[in-house]
Amino acid sequence: MPFQSVKFYQTGTFTVGNRLLAPQERSVQSNMRRTNSLNSGHRACQGCGEALGARYAIDAAMDATGNRLIAANATGCLEVFSTPYPETSWQIPWIHSLFGNAAAVATGIAAALRVKGRSDTRVIAQGGDGGTTDIGFGCLSGMFERNDDVLYVCYDNEAYMNTGVQRSSATPPAARTATTAAVGPEPGNVFGQGKDLPRIAMAHGIPYVATATVAELRDLEAKVCRAMEIRGARYIHVFVPCPLGWGHASEDTIRISRLAKETGLFPVFEAEHGEVTSVSKIRRKLPVEDYLRPQRRYAHLFGTPPRTEVVARIQAIADRNVKRYGLVDE
Amino acid sequence: MLKQIEGSRAVAAAVALCRPEVICAYPISPQTHIVEALGEAVKAGGLPHCEFINVESEFAAMSVAIGASAAGARAYTATASQGLLFMAEAVYNASGLGLPIVMTVANRAIGAPINIWNDHTDAMSQRDCGWIQLFAETNQEALDLHIQAFRLGEELSLPVMVCMDGFILTHAYERVDLPTQAQVDAWLPPFEPRQVLDPAEPVSIGAMVGPEAFMEVRYLAHAKQMRALELIPGWAEEFRRAFGRDTGGLTHTYRTEDAEVIVVALGSVLGTIKDTVDAMREGGTKIGVLGITCFRPWPSAAVRAALAGARRVVVLEKSLAVGLGGIVSSSVRISYPGSPAAVHTVIAGLGGRAITREALARVFAEAFAGTLPPLTFLDLDRALVERALAREREQRRSGPIAENILRDLGTVASRAG
Amino acid sequence: MFQVRIHGRGGQGVVTAAELLSIAAFREGRHAQAFPSFGSERTGAPVVAYCRIDDREIRLREPILQPDALIIQDPTLLHQVDVFGGLAPNGYILINTTRTFEALGLGEFMRGFHAEHLCTVNATGLALKHVGRPVPNAALLGGFAAVTGRISLASVVAAIRDKFRGQIAEANVAAASEAFEFVTRETRARSHAETD
Repeated sequence: MPFQSVKFYQTGTFTVGNRLLAPQERSVQSNMRRTNSLNSGHRACQGCGEALGARYAIDAAMDATGNRLIAANATGCLEVFSTPYPETSWQIPWIHSLFGNAAAVATGIAAALRVKGRSDTRVIAQGGDGGTTDIGFGCLSGMFERNDDVLYVCYDNEAYMNTGVQRSSATPPAARTATTAAVGPEPGNVFGQGKDLPRIAMAHGIPYVATATVAELRDLEAKVCRAMEIRGARYIHVFVPCPLGWGHASEDTIRISRLAKETGLFPVFEAEHGEVTSVSKIRRKLPVEDYLRPQRRYAHLFGTPPRTEVVARIQAIADRNVKRYGLVDE
Repeated sequence: MLKQIEGSRAVAAAVALCRPEVICAYPISPQTHIVEALGEAVKAGGLPHCEFINVESEFAAMSVAIGASAAGARAYTATASQGLLFMAEAVYNASGLGLPIVMTVANRAIGAPINIWNDHTDAMSQRDCGWIQLFAETNQEALDLHIQAFRLGEELSLPVMVCMDGFILTHAYERVDLPTQAQVDAWLPPFEPRQVLDPAEPVSIGAMVGPEAFMEVRYLAHAKQMRALELIPGWAEEFRRAFGRDTGGLTHTYRTEDAEVIVVALGSVLGTIKDTVDAMREGGTKIGVLGITCFRPWPSAAVRAALAGARRVVVLEKSLAVGLGGIVSSSVRISYPGSPAAVHTVIAGLGGRAITREALARVFAEAFAGTLPPLTFLDLDRALVERALAREREQRRSGPIAENILRDLGTVASRAG
Repeated sequence: MFQVRIHGRGGQGVVTAAELLSIAAFREGRHAQAFPSFGSERTGAPVVAYCRIDDREIRLREPILQPDALIIQDPTLLHQVDVFGGLAPNGYILINTTRTFEALGLGEFMRGFHAEHLCTVNATGLALKHVGRPVPNAALLGGFAAVTGRISLASVVAAIRDKFRGQIAEANVAAASEAFEFVTRETRARSHAETD
């Protein structure tokens, strides 16, 4: 029987109690001094993966920077649900400018801090997949290329949720969105399109790129902390299910995230200066069908007759990821 | 200190004297020499407390300036033409957020057809964006306006656009009086932001505002601009006392006291107009000039006062509101105390078409004779236009307009000036 | 007001010539305005630059339509572009060429102008000799100072040193100075010939 060491965390997939963990392994969220940077009372939907991811990411960044953090936010769900005038859930200095410029605004903030001799204050930019892979891509690539001292966090829920679930360049093949309807001979989003942003980020040769899911929140925290140890452009791509847009039960957000990783559809890894440095292995590889079935955006694949050939193409994508990143130990 | 330098270099020197902290640069003609000079100054160590950032687009340039300004830094950028349009969304955002960024616009035409030469279409397209818009007549004024712009913007927490005619000013070598660092330091206090991203006092900037308060937020932006109208004359006076030059302010009149016809214009063409007016005055013609330095906010009262005695008004403008006529003249009409019909629009200098004394004297004489139409296009080649229209009538697939016109004209290379 | 129009080709320092002339005038306490014809022309394309000199502030922004002097940096333009357009009969003409006005086919045309206001100088040759590159602008400004007397050679030299540094400045100064001497000799000889 193959042996695999398992890392336990306070949160996420391998949860154990606090007392079983070394202090540095404990989640920032378990700490009484956590900053609640994205405070309760915001207007996110039940089971929102983005709210969960942002809460863990920003609190971890606050912890790593001694609470000296400024955030720039792209337009999108996170911006809208967190700051309905005159309320704000942000307990940190926070700015929203436009949909497509969060990375550039963050560059400006970082430049101002540097020129004022306050480089101990760090800068995070954050946005959804639309604000990152589509409309904000130019500014993001510019920030990467200049190696500006910014951590950019993309909360990827694979479509434009704020405007009502339209396709983005992060929408996976076959997924139904409002602009890739589940009708016609090839229902849902087309195959062979879309951007693999973590790999594009790596191609810029920036010091740090990582992916994470909200199923393994301690892993997300650890990656944010790692990113904050590094100067220059850094990128973390977080997989965040959207119960509303994907059509799954709101209590299934974590489960869906875990399935995305365990099927190989969403590889979880770290890379430095363009090279993969660590990979989160799949414990027990599952067929993609396990991931697709609970989501209504894929319901057209499981009707009568079932579109097994489409599921097989998605399985091929997962298998390719497994091979490319070595996600399963032989 | 008097210097004979290029307009762009003069502006760069003025900006440097204002101790900018973040400068974002993206190349577009005819603005490039300004940021090149500033980049060189930063790289050579001449501006030790300044970050010079080469960005990937004008949209990024304004966005970086937004971030820098929100974090409390004095931010500057420069652009022109398509660049201003490309950053338009961020231009509105900067003023909406109340961030006192200063930006030079080296005025240039907007395509298509692509054209790198001067007119005011770019700045005019952003006239309602909430920025203060100042227009320079000379390189000296361009230099001075930048120094004033930082003070003006930072006191009001509003961004300021300093418009100077592309090539005509940016690329002209002429005499400028460059102030000393001590003079500028005495005039321009350090930037004290009204809002700043600071972990010690966290604020959320740029939150969503719904119907319950959006009107009020927009009204406050308007009120701030109205406040600028009250403050600008005093600041111009203060500047005159400190620097000895009557630059800036809302408007400038020239020989308007007994003028029956007053010509209204913005920017460098005012010089050619003044020379034309001097020549006509020698012949006994009672003509004067009103130069608009501050276009936004619109100095309605000052315009009204200046035009009160004029029988006719000729507004010479380097931009065309397609389907309407004049942009400046529309504003002038509401401020002119006489009949709106007495306000004539003359569209001139589009895409760098030279505006000559000869042509100006001709239209001004028509204004006196009462034969000037409500809307005129200075030096328009009417026959060329008629032939193009005829071609379009004759055949459905008449082809690309610009190419046809140039073929008809018999020129392949651009004929400027 | 004294207005100078300079014709040449992209890469010959036409715009720089106008700028240098304006600096030279400025150094004599005069107002000057230099500006290019604002093209996006590349190397080799016809280029025009202008310089106005006056004792009071120059407000005029139109291109120079009636020049008082012409500097033609490239004789191949003579039959391509209307370089002489608007030039007054008492205007000055300085052409960079190894040939005479007659050899250029301009003998008849030039009889309409004052002989002592016209000159040719091998500015490219002087530039190659002193600077090592065919950039005739500085030499032509030396010649311009000589033929018009509107600006001193010392001011032209100072302007060159203002805009350039080190060896390049000195090489251009040498080219300008030799052109000045050549044109001074030429015009003196010409006016003598005319009076004889």
